[in-house]
Amino acid sequence: MTPNIAAAKPGIPRNPDAEALDPFHGVDFSKLEKSLHRPRTFMSMLFTVIVSAMTLFALIPLFSVLWLLVWRGGRKLSIAAFTQLPPAPLEQSGGFGNAIVGTLAICGMALLISLPIGLLSAIFLAQAKPDNRLASSVRFAGKVLTGFPSILAGVFAYGVVVMATGGYSALAGAVALSILMLPTILLTSEDAIRMVPERMKEAAIGMGATDTQVVWMVLLPAAVPRILTGVMLAIARGAGETAPLLFTALFSNYWLLWHGHLKLMQPTASLAVLIYNFAGMPFANQVELAWAAALVLVVMVLIANLIGQSLASRQVQ
Amino acid sequence: MPSTETASPESNPANEKVDPSVVMDCNIENLYYGSFKAVRDTRIPFQKNAITAFIGPSGCGKSTVLRCLNRMNDLVRGFRLEGHVQFRGQDIYGRKVDPVAVRRYIGMVFQQPNPFATSVYNNVAFGLRLNNFKGNKAAKVEESLKSAALWDEVKDKLNESGLSLSGGQQQRLCIARAIATEPEVLLLDEPCSALDPVATRSIEELMKQLKARFTIAIVTHNLQQAQRVSDKTGFLYVDTSEGSRTGYLVEFGDSNQIFHDPKQKETQQYIKGEFS
Amino acid sequence: MPTEAQISKPPSRTQTVTDIAFRALCQGFTWLVAVIAVIIVLKIVLAALPAIRQYGLGFLSGQVWDPNKKVYSILPEIWGTLYSSILALIFGTAFGVAAALFLAEGFTADAVFALLKVVNLQFHPFWGKLPVQVENLLSNLIELLAAIPSVVYGLWGLFVIIPLIRPACHWLHADLGWIPIFGTDLSGPGMLPAVIVLSIMILPTITAIGRGALLAVPTRLRMAAYGLGATRWEAIFAVTLPTASRGIFGGIVLAFGRALGETMALAMLVGNANVISASLFSPANTLAALLANAFPEASPKDVGVLMYAATVLLVITLLVNIAGAYIVQFTASELEGEKV
Repeated sequence: MTPNIAAAKPGIPRNPDAEALDPFHGVDFSKLEKSLHRPRTFMSMLFTVIVSAMTLFALIPLFSVLWLLVWRGGRKLSIAAFTQLPPAPLEQSGGFGNAIVGTLAICGMALLISLPIGLLSAIFLAQAKPDNRLASSVRFAGKVLTGFPSILAGVFAYGVVVMATGGYSALAGAVALSILMLPTILLTSEDAIRMVPERMKEAAIGMGATDTQVVWMVLLPAAVPRILTGVMLAIARGAGETAPLLFTALFSNYWLLWHGHLKLMQPTASLAVLIYNFAGMPFANQVELAWAAALVLVVMVLIANLIGQSLASRQVQ
Repeated sequence: MPSTETASPESNPANEKVDPSVVMDCNIENLYYGSFKAVRDTRIPFQKNAITAFIGPSGCGKSTVLRCLNRMNDLVRGFRLEGHVQFRGQDIYGRKVDPVAVRRYIGMVFQQPNPFATSVYNNVAFGLRLNNFKGNKAAKVEESLKSAALWDEVKDKLNESGLSLSGGQQQRLCIARAIATEPEVLLLDEPCSALDPVATRSIEELMKQLKARFTIAIVTHNLQQAQRVSDKTGFLYVDTSEGSRTGYLVEFGDSNQIFHDPKQKETQQYIKGEFS
Repeated sequence: MPTEAQISKPPSRTQTVTDIAFRALCQGFTWLVAVIAVIIVLKIVLAALPAIRQYGLGFLSGQVWDPNKKVYSILPEIWGTLYSSILALIFGTAFGVAAALFLAEGFTADAVFALLKVVNLQFHPFWGKLPVQVENLLSNLIELLAAIPSVVYGLWGLFVIIPLIRPACHWLHADLGWIPIFGTDLSGPGMLPAVIVLSIMILPTITAIGRGALLAVPTRLRMAAYGLGATRWEAIFAVTLPTASRGIFGGIVLAFGRALGETMALAMLVGNANVISASLFSPANTLAALLANAFPEASPKDVGVLMYAATVLLVITLLVNIAGAYIVQFTASELEGEKV
């Protein structure tokens, strides 16, 4: 690939003495200009164009989805959509208020399960020595479980909760979602704690803090922003999952809180399941509501993502 | 130390007369990291209210010896000490001694300033909270910051982050944090090497004032600093005779004597600057 | 022993006890995570044992699924799962690696910088930061592709993708129907719409991991290529891509694992027909979609059979995910000592 200096100008006799004094003797400098006529330069530019086009092409679906959500979903958004219950077939109005509440409740419960387990395990993993086999195995298991099929989380929760309690419930749905949230919270919390500068930990130990005091007085306060990022990402994921809820929380056309009773052990509505159910119905009203619900869900998920990303940039290094 | 501790016979092997002016007696026979012998034959008594300096070329184990004094070396894998460190009438490496307890009585300031990611006030109050101090924290914080010559510069920004201060200020904050609990001994591990000359001088002045209340041990690679500041000096050097680099104490004595009339050949060469 | 107005005290009884208890608690919860992982696998496999004993391996090779006649077999679903995932992987890898290269090489930043140069603003305190910000924006946008819930992609696929590709598919089938992949007509949901949406969904995984792998290539290697006179893309093909290839491969394997387990978009788009066909336009079924559709209405007896199907899916995805996680971890630690 090196330019063949001596052969740059064929036909000119080589003068060894001149070459020793001036290494670029005989080189035609006009050939050093950048030109698209040169095949190698052209190919390089061509690849750049192709790759850029492919990347922008890959972004089209994102904009298409967002546009469609705003256009078709926005049409149906109204106070009624947020406050009313799902309509029966052929009914014209209705909303998905109970689905929003259900999604929040199920995600909240799932967080109550996965956050303590994930955070406390992360504290152990972050402090563990490199040769600790429990720590490396659990860390690896966490990485494998991030790709765990969400439907199987539902299958598991079905086997454990639905069959044990004899019915569908928000709790079963929460258990299924917590399995999907746990790896994210575990791995990002461990990273967050590890990122606290070693010298701060040393300072605390030097002052005679016990390990637990180092964790609570120094590590956790410093790691909170990134831990919250992980939590936000986990919530965003949990809120969007449908498959785990299909046969755990099922669906409901009623409110979660009814006459002062919190019906957590009953089938519960959720935005994700509502979208799935209504999308396939042959009724225009239901389909429009599905779009509106999808818009609300995506907005919720995007906000959670954005909050998470902005928190990550706040952590001290 | 927990009051259940008794001074067992093995903590005073030679049954020597305990010199009341010696706050800490460091007697390292051999120090290993795994199979690597890092330090040997280093015996240093620390006089009360005096500044004792360790000097020597890099890699001779000065920081290692310093970290022995508050059991910070325990954090390194494979660390093993043959010898003893007498403090408060006991060997802090005794089997039943809790290293966490030891560190409560000994303060340490590190090479890189390392304030916590919290406010100036909380940094200084950290040790007070750790020890369940029930008195007036605000007064103690002010007193410590004044002793560290930092009060005037931060008195209006006690609630700002400790990390927003300059390098020299951060290091003085770390000193304030360390002295807030009034430890008996203060260990300083090259405290000025990350600072500019002006900040360095202010810390050196500070040390001379603190000497009245604390016993200070300082590791430094800056000979002039050791000369300016210390009362006693220990010179450590590297022994490569057994194939690996093992540090050992060559000479120890009054700083005046070490710097102006060193007895050992290696000390003379080092003071003269023939190797660093 | 000197007496002082002691502030320093050894750790109090409470502090010591709390320390021991908290450390034990954290270790205990870590064990809990390990136990949970094992229980999840065991529960599904054990629940499937009766059905495994009853239906044996014929379950995996038969093609009929008829709950009424109590005939169950999932070969069409296994086929559908693998076919859709592999096809999606091909498209997803092509576009995902392109996007990873685009982001890692910083083409956007260069383009924006060139634009700023035209108006002479490239060193402006405010506008000068634009290249990096646009670069970050683009990277975040690709990540947002992953944030969109699966069911929303299904909805979008139903109402946008299917109508969009239908005319082209009709034409392809009419003119080129003798080629097996165009063998049937697209009547709505089918393999192709599902594959298109699936590739969009797994693309962010490949891009994220691929970008990480490309950025981890030590700068001095690329500089060596440039120093020898290589063009941008010659350096990429000769040095950057080969060095990052193992990391990118890890990302591809993980994306494959995601595709295998993906449920909702496929349940809504793949047609849910127990058919084995090479045609891209034919409806099909996947293991995950089968579970999603059959579980809610399953009688207790059917549940056992579904657990068998779930076990098959579990085994496939676990193997792929373990391989992917191992590759990513292995290549990351290799390059850690290399980073310059």
